[in-house]
Amino acid sequence: MKVRHIVAAFGAAVLGAMGSTGGVAQVASAQDSADAADGRQVFEYWCAPCHAPGPGHPGTQSLELKYGGNLPAPLEEREDLTPEVVKTFVRQGILSMAPFRKTEITDAELEDLAAYLAQ
Amino acid sequence: MAVPPGVSESDFAAALDEFRAAVGAEWVFTSDEDVALYRDAYSPFWGEPEERVASAAVAPSTVEQVQAVVRAANARRIPLYPISTGRNLAYGGSAPVYSGSVVLDLKRMNRVIEVNEANAYALVEPGVSYFDLYNYIEERGLDVWIDPPDPGWGSVIGNALDGGGGWTAYPFRDHFGAHCGMEVVLGDGEVVRTGMGAVPNSKTWQENKWGYGPWVDGLFRQSNMGVVTKMGFWLMPRPEAYISGTVQVFNERDIIPLMETLNLLENQHVVNGSTQLGAGFGNDGAAWTLQVPIYGPEKVVRAQLEYAREKFAAIEGSRFVEEDPIRTPLSDEDRARVRLVNFGIPNLSTFAMLGRSPMQPNPPGGHIGFSPIIPRNGEELLKFRDFYRTNLAEVTGGENLGIVGPVFMTNWERSLVGLIMFPISKNASENRKIRAAFERWVELAAEQGWAEYRAPAVFQDTVAETYSFNDHALRRLRERIKDAIDPNGIISAGRYGVWPKHLRKDA
Repeated sequence: MKVRHIVAAFGAAVLGAMGSTGGVAQVASAQDSADAADGRQVFEYWCAPCHAPGPGHPGTQSLELKYGGNLPAPLEEREDLTPEVVKTFVRQGILSMAPFRKTEITDAELEDLAAYLAQ
Repeated sequence: MAVPPGVSESDFAAALDEFRAAVGAEWVFTSDEDVALYRDAYSPFWGEPEERVASAAVAPSTVEQVQAVVRAANARRIPLYPISTGRNLAYGGSAPVYSGSVVLDLKRMNRVIEVNEANAYALVEPGVSYFDLYNYIEERGLDVWIDPPDPGWGSVIGNALDGGGGWTAYPFRDHFGAHCGMEVVLGDGEVVRTGMGAVPNSKTWQENKWGYGPWVDGLFRQSNMGVVTKMGFWLMPRPEAYISGTVQVFNERDIIPLMETLNLLENQHVVNGSTQLGAGFGNDGAAWTLQVPIYGPEKVVRAQLEYAREKFAAIEGSRFVEEDPIRTPLSDEDRARVRLVNFGIPNLSTFAMLGRSPMQPNPPGGHIGFSPIIPRNGEELLKFRDFYRTNLAEVTGGENLGIVGPVFMTNWERSLVGLIMFPISKNASENRKIRAAFERWVELAAEQGWAEYRAPAVFQDTVAETYSFNDHALRRLRERIKDAIDPNGIISAGRYGVWPKHLRKDA
């Protein structure tokens, strides 16, 4: 169960900083068919080992230090994530997180994952 | 779209069409955006002209599709670079050794074909990660353990083939050593099964390693002789208990009897867990601290630890602390406090080493390691430590490059690894200094007879140079074999320093 927090417009700012805009119409279309329940499974398989709450999750540990309490460190607790931000980080990676290939997370699975984390 | 070196655009286009026919168009990747996903995120050449990059990628899901792709590539001499899960970070990731190769991405071949509980073995495909195999076993309630390395998303096959290891008991933590039987697609597309797998109707492919006649499995370790599409592994029956003792000695040269005693206990298989050696003067004043874990039935491991305690007690002034046994399956309380990989549970906690931390608020992102094999005795260990201290300033030009060492790894039997770690970032000038330092360590260590067992892709030639007995007779032997079984040199050109004849320096 996602815990809701309100942090305005952070996702758009990150997206702009990453220099990715995407095709808005195409994204909207893909999001229509995205399934957040399937996205949760993608999260649990691919993301949770680093980004679940609690100790032993280096992504969470890293984000705790990055945000210093201003944003929740576990990704599922974030209110500000947009689908575009999620997709950008998955396909571009960040620091020690290498990008995920389409044989690992397909475009359709990524839409689901983005829908789950952005809901 | 990039084209492999020496291949015409028309030949490449024709090969890509054949790949699409074999695997489906959606599993052939040629756009810059898709191919960029195969870059090595920890490349020491990130963003520089020498960065090893792919021209395209193709992802079969069956052995028949692998054969079709290999045959199409062989017909047009398209270089291929097989990867398993593509997560061999710090050793090249999913990028090829030879730039312009087409990555043969085997991640979709992710079937656990069999886990046999009664005789404790598994048969898997290359795309199966440690997480996948663990989940398969857990979901079925099978009473066997896997042996995970630090990152659980690695391929069980890929890690074994690259010479990786894990953290439970010997012999299971030597991943190649624990394998039993392979299926391999050769450069002409032919499928070979090794060991008992060569016998039609054999039911012992995963139960007898050697079969009959010359054993060829080693040809496919750290190699480019074929594409491994299945591999068997011996698993550890779940041990009833884990027990551990910690030995402390208080004089620097106590490392000599400490290692002698450890060697005896490990070579007797009294101590079978992955021991950990720490150096330095902590609050307790210990010069060296050694943890000795043992797996097995509780009454047996208690006796083994008692025997180990008696042996270590012969070192004057030593201290031995025995821990309570941990019983398996783990309780929730134990699970929350132990290092999970020591209990066969894959995870990604090791990446904390690379992430943000109070000690490292702006982490570089990646790392690589120089891991020479050194003799397993205290004198040589001290020699390596002094070698590191003496040469560090020369290797780095007196600059703090963030190099960390030496860490002594005791996880292989009979030898030690003296590990030196290097940060890798996306900053070319920093990476240039790290590359120079890495290469200098390789040269200096080789002068002492110490050479690496496993190397990052971009340094595989550098390290291969150090295995030079009799004018590189070993490399020349490997080249003769390569030429014989992959005459067009299409598979993994340059991997671990073995190049096909048309790409050798003297070609």
